[in-house]
Amino acid sequence: MKEKLAKIKEEALRQIEDSDALEKLNEVRVNFLGKKGELTTVLKSMKDVAPEERPKVGQMVNELRDEIERVLEQAKSKMEEKAREAAMKREVIDVTLPAKRNLVGHRHPNRIVLDEVERIFIGMGYEVVEGPEVEYDYYNFEALNIPADHPAKDEQDTFYVTNDILLRTQTSPVQVRTMEKGKLPIRMIAPGRVFRSDEVDATHSPSFHQIEGMIVDKGITFADLKGTLAQFAKELFGEKTKVKFRPHHFPFTEPSAEVDVSCFKCGGEGCRFCKGSGWIEILGCGMVHPKVLKMSGIDPDVYSGFAFGIGLERITLLKYEIDDMRLLYENDIRFLKQF
Amino acid sequence: MNTALSWIKAYVPELDCTDKEYCDAMTLTGTKVEGYERTDKNLQSIVVGQILKIEKHPDADKLIVCQVNVGSRTIQIVTGAPNVKEGDKVPVVLDGGKVAGGHDGGPLPENGIQIKAGKLRGVPSEGMMCSIEELGSDRNFYPEAPENGIYIFDDSAEVGTDAIEALGLHDTVFEYEITSNRVDCYSILGIAREAAATFGKPFVPPAVKKTGNDEKAEDYISVEVQDMELCTRYCARVVKNIKIAPSPKWMQRRLAASGIRPINNLVDITNYVMEEYGQPMHAYDLDTITGRKIIVRRAKDGDEFQTLDGQMRTLDKDVLMICDAEKEIGIAGIMGGENSKITDDVKTVLFEAATFNGANIRKSAKRIGLRTDASGIFEKGLEPHNAQAAIDRACALIEELGCGEVVGGMVDVKAPLKEPVRILFEPEKTNAFLGTDIAHEEMLKIFERIEIVYDEKTNELICPPFRQDLLGFADIAEEVARFYGYDKIPVTLPNGEATAGKHTFEQRIAEKAREVAEFCGFSQCMCYSFESPKVFDKLLIPEESPLRRTVTIANPLGEDFSIMRTLPLNGMLTSLATNYNRRNKDVRLYEMGNVYYPKQVPLTELPEERMMLTFGMYGEGDFFTMKGVIEELFEYIGMRERITYAPDADKPFLHPGRKALIWYQGHDVGYLGEVHPQVLDNYDIGTRAYIAVLDMTEIVPLASFDRKYEGLTRFPAVTRDLSMIVPKDIRVGQLEDIILQRGGKILENAELFDLYEGEQIREGCKSVAYSLTFRAKDRTLEESDISGAMKKILNGLQGMGVELRS
Repeated sequence: MKEKLAKIKEEALRQIEDSDALEKLNEVRVNFLGKKGELTTVLKSMKDVAPEERPKVGQMVNELRDEIERVLEQAKSKMEEKAREAAMKREVIDVTLPAKRNLVGHRHPNRIVLDEVERIFIGMGYEVVEGPEVEYDYYNFEALNIPADHPAKDEQDTFYVTNDILLRTQTSPVQVRTMEKGKLPIRMIAPGRVFRSDEVDATHSPSFHQIEGMIVDKGITFADLKGTLAQFAKELFGEKTKVKFRPHHFPFTEPSAEVDVSCFKCGGEGCRFCKGSGWIEILGCGMVHPKVLKMSGIDPDVYSGFAFGIGLERITLLKYEIDDMRLLYENDIRFLKQF
Repeated sequence: MNTALSWIKAYVPELDCTDKEYCDAMTLTGTKVEGYERTDKNLQSIVVGQILKIEKHPDADKLIVCQVNVGSRTIQIVTGAPNVKEGDKVPVVLDGGKVAGGHDGGPLPENGIQIKAGKLRGVPSEGMMCSIEELGSDRNFYPEAPENGIYIFDDSAEVGTDAIEALGLHDTVFEYEITSNRVDCYSILGIAREAAATFGKPFVPPAVKKTGNDEKAEDYISVEVQDMELCTRYCARVVKNIKIAPSPKWMQRRLAASGIRPINNLVDITNYVMEEYGQPMHAYDLDTITGRKIIVRRAKDGDEFQTLDGQMRTLDKDVLMICDAEKEIGIAGIMGGENSKITDDVKTVLFEAATFNGANIRKSAKRIGLRTDASGIFEKGLEPHNAQAAIDRACALIEELGCGEVVGGMVDVKAPLKEPVRILFEPEKTNAFLGTDIAHEEMLKIFERIEIVYDEKTNELICPPFRQDLLGFADIAEEVARFYGYDKIPVTLPNGEATAGKHTFEQRIAEKAREVAEFCGFSQCMCYSFESPKVFDKLLIPEESPLRRTVTIANPLGEDFSIMRTLPLNGMLTSLATNYNRRNKDVRLYEMGNVYYPKQVPLTELPEERMMLTFGMYGEGDFFTMKGVIEELFEYIGMRERITYAPDADKPFLHPGRKALIWYQGHDVGYLGEVHPQVLDNYDIGTRAYIAVLDMTEIVPLASFDRKYEGLTRFPAVTRDLSMIVPKDIRVGQLEDIILQRGGKILENAELFDLYEGEQIREGCKSVAYSLTFRAKDRTLEESDISGAMKKILNGLQGMGVELRS
């Protein structure tokens, strides 16, 4: 019996070895393991085996069955693998053929910069507040310490609708409206569209955007203003950015400053961007004028604050090296897709 | 404002710094230097030479050969200049030296022009004699220079010495940006005072001695100011026996550096004092002044007056006039009259130094349409003390230059001069405000440098009259800060109550909308808020439409920018047209921007501003692509109820058969459609284009970020197809209304999968097929559930004249 089994094994393994297709393997399975297969036949002939031998033989038959199964399985997966490889070889593609692009829109560069500025100030606890673009003279000028006869009113070349309604020339009126609500402390930025009577050219537009920011709290200092804007400049233009505060004058802040950042193109060495100076002017700021606080109902002896104003387009043009402001409002898709 | 550094140094004699140091230091104390340029830029190796001998060139008619003594030696120079003669002293650039420009006076090359020894028509030439243009200047500033030829020095020039020195060109001209609060700094003395304080050097203003003969000015002239509010001070002095002559070189040079052309001693003195003191002065020919009386009064409405530029000007009652006993002789602070103009044979001059109400001058100049250098200064609001200082300085210069005989005394009419402003000295508060720890003594030192006097008794700071900008605590804090140094102030971050930085709900919805638009292939564009009223015609908006009631700008840049938009379409269509015109394919744009609806015309209160999200596209895609974008957006911002589309949109700019209003929960939230072919023509867009406009102001309250998870049901879905023959004029939306209403809770989805018109379908009908999906969340549906629902749906549809297709 043992020999018979050994013979079956040898024959089965040989046949498996010789198989070159899945069907052949199947035949082998049927021939040896099937209902009429050789091993089944052996089992059926168990009655001829001495009863004491039967368990032993049974075990041997089972072991052989397992063995054949295992080898069959092995051969099968080898064969499948080969077939898959052959198939994949046939499916080779030219990966340098053009991509199938999804049509995805691009954000306006102005908005990308604004998103960035908002992210930075929100991180510092500022709220983003908006207000009307058609505004009362009072909020745009008077409440900001620019009385009726002030030359700054001319300087700003205001578009008027009526004597006391105008297109806002700055987003500072939003600050006044926020102060008037009386909820303190205030940390806010007011981004938005503003209007000034400038003819359209490469560096001017009668409609552009400003981001004004303000903080009003107890104990706010000029040093805090410096720290906040230095932090902002680093976040926006890179960790190595240096800032320079120069005294300046704005009616609604005192002391006031203009802020230069070290040129983010050349790192301060001097290049055509910074006109060789190594510095680029980016914003105006100052401590909120006590009169402005008072006019909005805040006691300047208890509270102080600072405010700043950034021209969004200016930053956008600088950051992306755009040399003509008109491109921002032309909306040529070839321009917009670059951002 | 441009000034020569040498003029500043005249009053800060110890100032010793490089141009760069000066520029940086002044900028950091608040006198911003915009730029500076050396006047001897590219001028090298130029000496005073004397022509010893002139001979004709052997081979050229127009050239001469000169032997020129340049001090250490004599050199030969060939020149074509017509104006030189033997004995003339001229600027000579030696071999290897440089000049600034060509003799034609054209734009100066960046690196100048190098001069080398060479031969001219075979004759050696070892240098070049220079014209004033070659030295980088012109006859405006060196009136003694010949019109065409070599500059010739007067005889005092010393041969062999530096010619640039002799011309006064070793100097630097600084350009400053003076802020509007610092009226005092629109003057040499103001800047010099700042420079002295900046560098901690003494400020030495010109010593003005007492001037005038024994006569009295009031015997020559009387002054009456009728409106003291508009004219705060009027100082008058008289100079007789005027001798008009050129002013001295030093004065000419200083004026030239400031960009002022020297004319004659009298004019130059007024200009010089104007620059130095920042006080404009006017000189009248006293003999033209009737009654020897000056009256300062308002004009009358409709008065006409000829200014000294020869133009007739129309006046009104708010224009302040300078008059004599009979007639107007000048518009105060703006321009003098033709009738009192100084001529070269003037004998006696009346000098006027006055101060006027700045705002009045500014407005008058604007109304009359005449802005002059003087009005530009007066409108800043000049300080009355300075008027007297300036007129006295002018008279001193008259005497010094021998320009005439100054009559003693001054006629001075003025409103009471303001008391000096006193501000409490609060060093602790100042430090707390600045975030600094500056010693009191240091603050006091700063005040001393800028002439703020500390009154120990009252602990007050007394501000000098020329500092009209110092009014309160914050102004004093700024003075401390800028001279202590903004750069030395520490850098800290605000502490105090923590605040949550955030966007509003509305801003978050807007951000989501931008994201969805961009996913869907739309790029963000930005358009102007103002446009032309002609836009309404282009968009086929009827005459009587309320959209034509606009917020109208009173002083627009032009008609194209004259009204605030009530529709967001013009910007979008213009942008599409720009792209179409430039042959850009498949363009999709979106814009987020306001429209402005006036509540009444003319405005008495602010208009309503509504945020509109506008989509526009051409190329790939159609009406339904646009519709898809809207549905993606609504889903994203939590608007997941059914959206309905009404084809009866009253939008004349849209294709009448391809437009819809968008309704959501009873709100009209926007519209979409194909652009009307006529409108496409009006914008020169040669292809179909689609737009959608969503009223974000309407949408925001309907949107939400709240989401709630619904279990993913494990029970199987059952689908049923529904094929129908439908009368053509019934829209699938109407079918859907019925299907959704009647399908009940178990109807999960109804999807249109076929729509057909044509052969096999009878006239006037179309074939519509839906695939309906039924599913329950809590059980497997029974056949009876489905047949019940189907029956209800079919009943409903049959009521509309729909037949089932067999």
